[in-house]
Amino acid sequence: MALARIDLPHAARRGELVEVRIVIQHPMETGFRRAPQGERVPRNAIHSLVCRYSGTEVFRATLSTGIAANPFLRFFLRATQSGDLDFWWLDDDEVQGAAQTHLVVSS
Amino acid sequence: MRKYLILAALIACAAQAQNRSGLEFASDEIRRLQASDAENPGMLWVDQGAKLFAQKCASCHVSMKGVATRYPAVEDGRIVTLEAKIRHKEAFAYESDELLALTSYVAHQSRGMPMNTKISEKDVEKGKAAYYRRRGQMNLACAHCHEQNWGKHLGAETLSQGQPNGYPAYRLEWQKMGSLERRIRACMFGLHAELPPYGSDAMLELELFLVWRANGLPIETPAVRR
Repeated sequence: MALARIDLPHAARRGELVEVRIVIQHPMETGFRRAPQGERVPRNAIHSLVCRYSGTEVFRATLSTGIAANPFLRFFLRATQSGDLDFWWLDDDEVQGAAQTHLVVSS
Repeated sequence: MRKYLILAALIACAAQAQNRSGLEFASDEIRRLQASDAENPGMLWVDQGAKLFAQKCASCHVSMKGVATRYPAVEDGRIVTLEAKIRHKEAFAYESDELLALTSYVAHQSRGMPMNTKISEKDVEKGKAAYYRRRGQMNLACAHCHEQNWGKHLGAETLSQGQPNGYPAYRLEWQKMGSLERRIRACMFGLHAELPPYGSDAMLELELFLVWRANGLPIETPAVRR
């Protein structure tokens, strides 16, 4: 089960810069660790993440194993209209994750 | 000059006697991480716990506010931790995400409330003895670091008092949440000592003593530690 926490201001004015923060629960396995019996733990990291704002892509990130488990990302976007923020990500096991939130914009 | 020295010594003595949360020994970055619910990764487990609680526990329980302040407790002569209490219905594995999530969720509801266990000094006799007993190849007791030398450095680490008020906590070393029992085992590992099994008497007695000693410190779950 993919779990994520998105943090946004409750409301924004049109044209305002909005800070978006997201934490995703993910082990971000590097592929270099070994289990107690010596076998290698296979690499499994989120490698791509996309954020769409009212259907338009506004943020894209390429992640790799240098990023700690439960990655935290922060970016800014300009509020234009009320709409959904859709996050989508994919890891090395081809497991997709998604999270959604709503941004309310007043003029 | 002498007057100031005496005053400084008095302040040092007063500080010595006081319980200090592990947070006070943490770096600014870690404190900031713990303080912000949007950035604290431990909140992921609290969220997961809320979902599990709604599925599995909500038919009997409503609010768990204040519950975590009273655990571990002694019930009918046996030591019962919050983990053990949660496991009474469904035996989740120790350190499983489910158990950590539920424990974190319950403890989180008491965040900021002082630990208030009703344990007597007699109850913690065994744990106290274990706390002061030397162990492992390093031949050190818990007290050597966490009572006699807290605030000083061990390598790059600042030794804390080893207070349990933040657990279950998110440890950067683990890259996930972990229980107080796991933290105690991590110390034992460092001493090259035998690791007490999860839920064993030796573990529970030590845990009970730590909690008795920490009475009055605010609960910080989900705390962030190095």
